[in-house]
Amino acid sequence: MENLNLIYPEIFLSLLTIGLLMLGVFKKNSFNLIIRFSSIGLLLLIPVVYINNDISNELFSQNYLVDSFSIFMKILILGSSAIALFFTNEYIKNSSINQFEYPILVLTSILGMFVMVSSNNLMGLYLGIELQSLSLYVLASLNRDSIKSTEAGVKYFVLGALSSGLLLYGCSLIYGFTGSTNYYIIAKSFDANNLALLFGLVFILVGLAFKISAVPFHMWTPDVYEGSPTSVTAFFALAPKVAGMAAIIRILYVPFGNIVIEWQTILIFISVASMILGAVAAIGQSNIKRLMAYSGISHMGYALAGLVTGTKDGVASTILYVLIYVVMSIGSFVCILVMKRKNIYLENIRDLSGLSKNHPLVALSFVVILFSLAGIPPLAGFFAKFYIFMAVVKVEFYTLAVIGLVTSVISAFYYLRIIKIIYFDPSQEKFDPISSNGIKFSLAFSTLIILFYFLNPSIFTFFTNIATAAIK
Amino acid sequence: MNFPILSIIIFLPLVGVLFILLNSGDEIKVKKTSFRVSLLTSLLVFIMSLFLWLQFDNTTKDFQFVENKKWIVDFINYRVGVDGISILFVVLTAFITPICIVATYNSVTNRTKDFFIALLVMETMMLGVFCSLDLFIFYLFFEAGLIPMFLIVGIWGGIRRVYAAFKFFLYTLFGSVFMLVAIIFIYLETGTTDIQTILSFNIDQKYQYWLWLGFFASFAVKTPMWPVHTWLPDAHVEAPTSGSVILAAILLKMAGYGFIRFSLGFFPIASAYFAPLIFALSIVAVIYTSLVALMQKDMKKLIAYSSVAHMGFVTIGIFAFNSQGIEGSIFQMISHGIVSAALFLCVGVVYDRMHTREISEYGGVVNTMPRYSVIFLVFILAGLGLPGTSGFVGEFLVLIGAFKANYLVAFFAATGVVLSACYSLWLYRRVIFGAVANDNVKLLKEINKTELATLLPLVFLTILLGVFPNIILDTISVSVENVISVYNEKLLILKQASIK
Repeated sequence: MENLNLIYPEIFLSLLTIGLLMLGVFKKNSFNLIIRFSSIGLLLLIPVVYINNDISNELFSQNYLVDSFSIFMKILILGSSAIALFFTNEYIKNSSINQFEYPILVLTSILGMFVMVSSNNLMGLYLGIELQSLSLYVLASLNRDSIKSTEAGVKYFVLGALSSGLLLYGCSLIYGFTGSTNYYIIAKSFDANNLALLFGLVFILVGLAFKISAVPFHMWTPDVYEGSPTSVTAFFALAPKVAGMAAIIRILYVPFGNIVIEWQTILIFISVASMILGAVAAIGQSNIKRLMAYSGISHMGYALAGLVTGTKDGVASTILYVLIYVVMSIGSFVCILVMKRKNIYLENIRDLSGLSKNHPLVALSFVVILFSLAGIPPLAGFFAKFYIFMAVVKVEFYTLAVIGLVTSVISAFYYLRIIKIIYFDPSQEKFDPISSNGIKFSLAFSTLIILFYFLNPSIFTFFTNIATAAIK
Repeated sequence: MNFPILSIIIFLPLVGVLFILLNSGDEIKVKKTSFRVSLLTSLLVFIMSLFLWLQFDNTTKDFQFVENKKWIVDFINYRVGVDGISILFVVLTAFITPICIVATYNSVTNRTKDFFIALLVMETMMLGVFCSLDLFIFYLFFEAGLIPMFLIVGIWGGIRRVYAAFKFFLYTLFGSVFMLVAIIFIYLETGTTDIQTILSFNIDQKYQYWLWLGFFASFAVKTPMWPVHTWLPDAHVEAPTSGSVILAAILLKMAGYGFIRFSLGFFPIASAYFAPLIFALSIVAVIYTSLVALMQKDMKKLIAYSSVAHMGFVTIGIFAFNSQGIEGSIFQMISHGIVSAALFLCVGVVYDRMHTREISEYGGVVNTMPRYSVIFLVFILAGLGLPGTSGFVGEFLVLIGAFKANYLVAFFAATGVVLSACYSLWLYRRVIFGAVANDNVKLLKEINKTELATLLPLVFLTILLGVFPNIILDTISVSVENVISVYNEKLLILKQASIK
């Protein structure tokens, strides 16, 4: 008999989703109630996930793992999603897209991410990805009356389906030549001389790179980020990236952990391409959501640079990077939601001018977040990059480190441009006052972590080390 | 000593920032209180730094007032301390900041509160750079200083402030990332980022060249050396007066300090190998930028170019590898810190009245501002290195050091002395003497008390250091001797190792 205690979080999440769906269907105008229940439910799930923290356990004949790595990632997913629901609440209501499907789709996608993070089997991974992606496709086109939003949904769906197909093809190749979809068995019977297996590995990597929008599989990102309602964009930038990165870490280090050499080159290319394209392409953007899309691409490039190393340090630095990236993303999307004049949400970067006069504290926080995104010490973003490059230099990939640092200087340019608009440019009309507590709280949360991270930089490394311990 | 005096000096300005942040209400009142708070904190820091200097034992080469605290577990410790070289920069920083704050009070009208905050944060970062005994902490302070300086130039600067601020930020950041790679490499090679431990460590010769270049990339931009000096004139011209003062007086000195502490201390072989490169670039800087300075129409730009030339002397002195050269460079840095700060303040005085820095708009200022003209003259003469002023001692020592190292270098460097006399005196003649140029000059008001309060201490110091250079030389000599003996020792060991 399996120990089902371990998957209580997944069970609770499913029940919560179904229950709230019922509530939404049978009770009219129940959006407020459902979004409240789902945020509280997500927060309550954190201790439920955490309670198993001292056990590294295998379920369903080693096909589902509940180890410190998956627990860390799940908590990160839950926390970031709960905060995202919290601060986008007001936006959803103001843009009159407050259908009860929004929180429910978020919940189902989180369930999918849980499966992605914990799965130790290619089929489980695929199912998790599909559950997550299908929910996200619908979320992207949540604003049914907007052409852009619909376009974003369709675009995301078509390209996402293609990448899922590639992933599935890779899985089938691996299965065909190793005889199993279980990671442990694949690791044992992987023959690096078999070309078909390497093809399978490449296809799987392509599918996963698409999910975290790494170059050259990033094409969907700017359009989807721009077209989706901002609340959904904020969600896209947080939890799915965490889950995608977790899936990549596990698949590279568990089934393919013995053949680092084989995937290293591919990953270096993806990482370098993401860093460069993310830095260069963002310079020309005038829409802040598109800019954040490119910024996210380059950040995924840095996170992947940690994985390139194939070492424990590298994994730990990537996990830390993802964590700090999530904190910074929360802050930057909150600031985007503050850009509101006369009840209209603005998206052009130029509209930010005057923020420093109207909302001096928000402006200051945004500047802190932007400097942190650019990786300027002593802010958290610098430490994240520092650990990555430390791991990279340790395995003597000097060129990669130098490229990464140079692109970080290039990307500093567009972050500085935003700061310039906030602080140096003459102010325009007044921004609307901030009424939502969710916005205030989330911004303070993100800014304070970024600003005071340097007081004790080892605070997260403890957790990331525990999480890493489960991987190798 | 258990009392953490250095940490208090470094972080006291941040306490002042906290107080400024807390006060709100009427704009004029806020301006006044934030001015008082920031002046008080910076004066307190200055007094404490003087106390530090008095307590400082200049007979030992060791680092003093050392503090060591765990920071990042198993990785980096927070370590600060000063030796004969760094203590003077600490005092200089603590001395210049209150002057900047006073100068700001009248000349900056919008967002004054934010300006004081930026200045105080800047002070913490600069003090941190000179005090840190850990490479990582050094880098942290070195880079973090970019943020307040970027905002100072960008928010309170002139017409092309955005261009200047971006150029300053991106140039410096670009240089520094290479230093970061070098620092990470040193950590992986030696297992520590503690500066004292690394100083006693012989880094393998084959790595030294690359690591040296990594540090050089950062310091060359910051010094600034030709050809990466172009950010400096832009930043100086666009920055508000006190921003220029901080930039010229202290920010540039971080690089010279870094050359002495890191390039010479960590990589002796590479330093010796690359010395001709430094000499060549410095000579180009001295001669070329002096000629460029000669042709400037903007007063601030002229002084900015003269800074590049003076810093060229500093780098020549450092890479002469003898005690005169290095002592001369340090003296030159301190002196330039005082003199260039004063020159920017002097330009600020007339700029606040006329709102132009074009030299051609001035002329005959002596008729309306005689006292100002005398003060300006002192600094012009100190800038060109007249005996009896602080500028002379530094330049003289550097030239002696350079002669010992290489005749040709000394010859070319000496031409810089002549050229600096040309552009400084010509500037002075065009601005101060001659017929009264226009009605605006005729209406100029004589220098006021606040401005006198900022300039007189600088006049006093310029002459004091010119007459009694030993005030500084006594403090630095033991540490400089140590730098040189360690350098020679390491060179010997590494050379023997390579012969074997």
